[in-house]
Amino acid sequence: MHLAQLNVAHMRAPVDSPELADFVAALEPVNALADAAPGFVWRLKGGDAPTDTIQHDYGDMLLVNFSAWASRDALWNYVYRSGHLEVLRRRREWFHRMAEPYSVMWWIPEGHTPSLAEAMRRLATLKADGPGPEAFTFTDFHPAPGEHAEAVDSTRR
Amino acid sequence: MSGDDLDVLGALHDPVRRALYDFVAAQGREVGRDEAARAAGVSRTLAAFHLDKLVESGLLETGFRRLSGRAGPGSGRPAKVYRRSPVERQVSVPPRDYRTLALVLAEAVDALGAEEAAENAARRLGERAKAADLRETLGERGYEPYDEDGVVRLRNCPFHVLAEERPVLVCSLNLALCQGLLSALGDPRVSARLDPRPGECCVAFSKTNED
Repeated sequence: MHLAQLNVAHMRAPVDSPELADFVAALEPVNALADAAPGFVWRLKGGDAPTDTIQHDYGDMLLVNFSAWASRDALWNYVYRSGHLEVLRRRREWFHRMAEPYSVMWWIPEGHTPSLAEAMRRLATLKADGPGPEAFTFTDFHPAPGEHAEAVDSTRR
Repeated sequence: MSGDDLDVLGALHDPVRRALYDFVAAQGREVGRDEAARAAGVSRTLAAFHLDKLVESGLLETGFRRLSGRAGPGSGRPAKVYRRSPVERQVSVPPRDYRTLALVLAEAVDALGAEEAAENAARRLGERAKAADLRETLGERGYEPYDEDGVVRLRNCPFHVLAEERPVLVCSLNLALCQGLLSALGDPRVSARLDPRPGECCVAFSKTNED
């Protein structure tokens, strides 16, 4: 199984505005880090240019990241243990604080490419029902079906 | 205090065992018996005995690897190697629990959106430190600093449990704390930045005037 993750962020200003310029400038190096990261499987791209963001029907000010990873550790190490952390540290400069869940994970069969609509439904499930095997977070993690929690823990450092 | 943790740490009472543990921990990689024995100045047999005691008590982990420099036919069977266990042991007498309180405060910072105020507080705390030497100060604070290509990197995250719970907040506070320490040292040629790696601390220090 692979781990799919969606996160959404509400921009403080349009993506082509000066306020977002530093963020847009960070897209290329940060996406390159993801593509080269151990355990990276797939990410939804907005276009051929490295700074293209994903186009969708969920509002102009909503920025969407959607990717798949080989394991919890692979995703964790990219998100928090790489150059991506510096972008996260500065996120308040570019994005509004969110009172509701803005990130969701779930397990997908290898080779399956989930749609953005499915991902948004998973986020809605998390918001409505709280974390469970169908929609969870790093904090309330659920191991892949058939995998024991202990096996996941032993790989964490 | 967990009595189990006290028992485990009791395994470090023996000076040879302590020396072997410190050596393995400081390498940040797997270490063979010969190398550990040389570092501790004891025989290979004695080192093997104590290393295995450390594994039994859970302070080290073990595996089998072909050590570098020996490969192909005639390289023999894989050697037993040791690395520090990631399991955290804590002993406080009388019992103290700062971790739970820190998690409460971290959640409050998050709820209030008070990251900037928290970073400023961390920076001020660092600035108030009595620090004379960067490596020494970092070592005393449990960061386990080491040099890599002119950059001082930190093998250990002293806030590991919190950093796993709230990575962005805790790493930001750690960076601000380190920047404060640098101010206390008064060396403008060195700067601290976030450069996280799996299994290590998120901050690295480099010279700023070499461009």
